Amino acid sequence: MSLAEKYPKEVKQLLSKYPPEQKRSAVMPLLHLVQLEEGYVTKDAMRDIAKTLEITETEVASIIGFYTLYHDEKAGKYRMQVCNDLPCALRGADAFLEALCGNLGIKVGETTPDGMITIEAVTCLASCDRAPMFQVQGPNGIEYHDNMTIDRTMELVEALKKSGKEVK
Amino acid sequence: MAHVILRHRDIPNINTVDVYKKNGGFEAFKNAVKKMKPEEVTTVVKNSGLRGRGGAGFPTGMKWQFMDNKNWPHYVVANADESEPGTFKDREIMEQNPFQFLEGVALASYAVGANAAYIYLRGEFWQVAAYLDEKIAEMEKAGYLGDKLFGTDYSLRIYTHLGAGAYICGEETALLESIEGKRGQPRVRPPFPPSFGLYGKPTVVNNVETLANVPLIMANGADWYKSMGTADSAGVKIFSLSGRVKKPGNYELPFGKTFRDLIYGEGGGIMDDRPIKAIMPAGASSSFIIADDKALDTLLEYAAVRTLGADLGSASVIVIDDTVSIEWVISRTIHFFKHESCGKCTTCREGNHWMNSILHRMDHQIKKEDVDLLYNVAKQMQGKCLCALGEFATMAVVTGIERFPADFKAN
Repeated sequence: MSLAEKYPKEVKQLLSKYPPEQKRSAVMPLLHLVQLEEGYVTKDAMRDIAKTLEITETEVASIIGFYTLYHDEKAGKYRMQVCNDLPCALRGADAFLEALCGNLGIKVGETTPDGMITIEAVTCLASCDRAPMFQVQGPNGIEYHDNMTIDRTMELVEALKKSGKEVK
Repeated sequence: MAHVILRHRDIPNINTVDVYKKNGGFEAFKNAVKKMKPEEVTTVVKNSGLRGRGGAGFPTGMKWQFMDNKNWPHYVVANADESEPGTFKDREIMEQNPFQFLEGVALASYAVGANAAYIYLRGEFWQVAAYLDEKIAEMEKAGYLGDKLFGTDYSLRIYTHLGAGAYICGEETALLESIEGKRGQPRVRPPFPPSFGLYGKPTVVNNVETLANVPLIMANGADWYKSMGTADSAGVKIFSLSGRVKKPGNYELPFGKTFRDLIYGEGGGIMDDRPIKAIMPAGASSSFIIADDKALDTLLEYAAVRTLGADLGSASVIVIDDTVSIEWVISRTIHFFKHESCGKCTTCREGNHWMNSILHRMDHQIKKEDVDLLYNVAKQMQGKCLCALGEFATMAVVTGIERFPADFKAN
């Protein structure tokens, strides 16, 4: 099924934001849209976007490669992206990240054996006064979790694992 | 003093159309469209002394005057990329006082004759973008956005555009490339956006905080705005305070308070009452300030901070205490800049790569030849990068080594 068939309303709405002769501008919103499904941009989706916007697949791929929130490989259903940039690190983010990895039994960049959670260390998320903090990228987009403790994070992990199974 | 930008802290529910209207909301925009010429709006903003709050501090009204009136259509773009480590003010404005920001976008659009404005949000602000979409829809419904506004011929639409994780898109030309559906790599400037911007058309790019000032300037006048702050820096500024302080957060202050007022007054002092060591006044892009009494008593305004060999920039003040090594700090900032370098110019791409590698080695052991090499690489990058990112990366390295030599002693 093509993009326009699958998401007729969304594609039309996203394209309407830009001048008709500037369709290419919709490449980022369309990538965000298709990525919700599998957690990464599939080859098929990439081709479909290229066709819809009349640009080459290479051009779409270059966007996926450039921006860190687009992925071309499958990972956990939920990516927990912990900020350990300078301001967060000054407020305990390193210790938090290490403890979180210890609790989940995985290293940064790895995924839990059930395929639910991937831990990533990321650069500044503009929440420097509320460290330790992370965002969760998943089937519902991106959500912030500020002022976190390990206990509250593990509760969230359990909740995500439960809801993740229901989603699929 | 009542807040000018963070008004949600004084007025509950200002994020609703009704409460915003009851507090004078949308009047400035309506009045401008119905009764003022676009250039009159620009003149008021220019006379207010408002300068860009994203970091560069460029006079806002002057930027609007630079728009090329022989080339149409015009665009307004709000820079909501907010990615500087230590900056978290625009998020609070958009989440808590959204209409004041959106009215600022509308006023800027009217002033430069734009019928379409884009808000470029960093991809991580997914929920903020969805929230602004709701607020824009509410404004359309209430007749403040759309076609033929207030019975005039003026029409305006505002759209959100979500980035996807790239610090460089805070640079205005990289941001424009990104809206055009390309990799966010800066353009060679000049030409500047007011002559060649989005889709090659004249474009004003303003930071969220800058735009959020505009409705109250239009409502209360340029003199009212200038009555706050100092002769050098008019008005109020949001300081994002983070690092080793007891009460991190956003603090809106008139220009002209001191670092001491901010860090020890608003911020409650240093964690565990340790001695303060250094101040980074502009996030990771800062020169280090040695936090002695002279620095702490320095006025928070563009000119005074410059006398300390640093720039106020976006006023994202990161506080460093005596438990923290400056070598460790720059190891973090360079890791950041290496990750965020867009790769377009060799100086920044290679320079940050090598500085990062040297600092990795220094994290284990500091040797004099590595410190010299690091300093040399940073010095050689200066003045040779395509945009400010590469330049910013070198600031903390050079000033850290120069101003805190004890932290770079061989061990």
